[in-house]
Amino acid sequence: MTQFTINGRAVSIDADEDTPLLWVIRDDIGLTGTKFGCGIGMCGACTVHVGGRATRSCITPISAVDGAEVTTIEGLDPDGQHPVQQAWLDLQTPQCGYCQSGQIMQAAAMLKDFPAPTDQDIDATMSGNLCRCMTYVRIRAAIKQAAAAMGEKS
Amino acid sequence: MLKRLLVGTLAIVVVGLVGFGVFAWRPAIDKIAPPAPSSFAPELVARGAVLAGAGYCSTCHTTKGGQPFAGGYPMKTSFGAIYSTNITPDPKTGIGTWSEAAFRRAMHEGVARDGAHLFPAFPYDHFTKLSDADVSALYAYMMTRPAVDAPAKRNSVPFPLNIRALQAGWKLLFFRPGRFEPDTSKSAEWNRGAYLAEGVSHCGACHTPRNALGAEKHDKAFAGAAIDNWIAPPLTAANPSPAPWDQAELVAYLRTGISRYHGVAAGPMAPVVHDGLVTLPDTDIQALAAYFADRDGAAGRASTLAPALQRAAAANRLNVGPQNDPAARLYTAACASCHYNGAGQPNPLRPDLALNSAVNLDDPTNLIRVVLYGISAKDGAPGVVMPSFNRFSDADVAKLAAYLRATRTDKPAWPNLEKKVAAIRAQGK
Repeated sequence: MTQFTINGRAVSIDADEDTPLLWVIRDDIGLTGTKFGCGIGMCGACTVHVGGRATRSCITPISAVDGAEVTTIEGLDPDGQHPVQQAWLDLQTPQCGYCQSGQIMQAAAMLKDFPAPTDQDIDATMSGNLCRCMTYVRIRAAIKQAAAAMGEKS
Repeated sequence: MLKRLLVGTLAIVVVGLVGFGVFAWRPAIDKIAPPAPSSFAPELVARGAVLAGAGYCSTCHTTKGGQPFAGGYPMKTSFGAIYSTNITPDPKTGIGTWSEAAFRRAMHEGVARDGAHLFPAFPYDHFTKLSDADVSALYAYMMTRPAVDAPAKRNSVPFPLNIRALQAGWKLLFFRPGRFEPDTSKSAEWNRGAYLAEGVSHCGACHTPRNALGAEKHDKAFAGAAIDNWIAPPLTAANPSPAPWDQAELVAYLRTGISRYHGVAAGPMAPVVHDGLVTLPDTDIQALAAYFADRDGAAGRASTLAPALQRAAAANRLNVGPQNDPAARLYTAACASCHYNGAGQPNPLRPDLALNSAVNLDDPTNLIRVVLYGISAKDGAPGVVMPSFNRFSDADVAKLAAYLRATRTDKPAWPNLEKKVAAIRAQGK
């Protein structure tokens, strides 16, 4: 039995200890905003936060999050109004949208470590999140807009 | 003539056996009625709790998901599996009928209540250094734990090594009983650290290499060793980390499980920090850190920190922009999002791989294990996870390890990496 919190809610999951966290989030808990992409931790579509850090849920065994705090795209902000989400809307960043919850979760976590990211910081921390529609230019712009908005607020 | 020779030889063998028997024999200490928990002073029990944490007793005396201190945890030695025993005060299967004298003899001399010699998998060669007062506190703590009915499991040590009396011979060769003796040329803090490290915390049990008969090589104290499929790094000046292990970094590591200049406590070290040393007051953590900073020779290597940080910052610039080397691409896609640090000080929650112990050790085992199996939220940095990249092929993990070694350190390449990855994968988590 693995116990952790997801978006602030305590859950207790009875699954094989090697079951990927992504499976549990989507199939057992029913939160489908987090997507399956490659299944080997190489595309970033399944990114969630564990203890506030961006984490690829498809290669995180459920046993590893025992006692941890997991946040998915549904829990990033209670009203879906996180500055990163606002910037994403504002710039109409997504194309097909499949990778975007992973992109947003990665960007939101990155901005905590790099509140005013350089292009180099964005390249290094976002290269693991692939977008087959090639919205990379708007992703970069939205990250900078979100960083500016968050900088003003604080 | 032949008959006399035979009789003579036989006589010598018999005398020898009897002599060894007398030498090896220890009396049983009478059973007692289990003492009432209320018979122990609460302050004494509280002190025992701290010491039990310092010795992380529960780590070996508890199975995965089992009752605390009920034993049954397998210690895989090169002589077979030895199962830890039940040290709850259960009168039938635990130590409920052990008097304090029996408990003290076990701690100081490695002899069970019934007179049987204990295997040195139980680190009495360290606990012999404990003061009588500390042994009393530990006894009080153990005897006030909930009793659990859990019979001992059978060890898989083969004949004749399973003959307990032979342990007397091992002790004759390798065991020096006696309490801790302070080094008067050192500070009180250093001596407190030494008392904990060499005694109850038995750091050398993992970090000191052992000889063919399983005894710690005292002339190679803390020189690093392989243990439980991991490498316990050297805790001496031979430690290969580019940054010195000074007192501040050791305090951070032993207190929180994270050193920004070395990495996190993973593998068998994770429970030592998070389940064990967590009970120690800050002054004791500082004492342990003072002792090991001295053994590391950190003061003499203070000047190595700045160049190490510069090198790390330079390495962080490698994975920006188009990447053509397949190994660099692998790193950029799989690792950089968490491990990249930019130009500033390394973020402790973004372990910098140029500084990381696992990348700098002579043996790639720890790095490969962490890549394949990740680090759970309970280990390493608490609440944070490293996922498990075990869906990578052996070749890709090897490529990644070789790449990190070449671009993040100035140390020689690791040989036969792909085979090593396959072997570690076969060992399992």
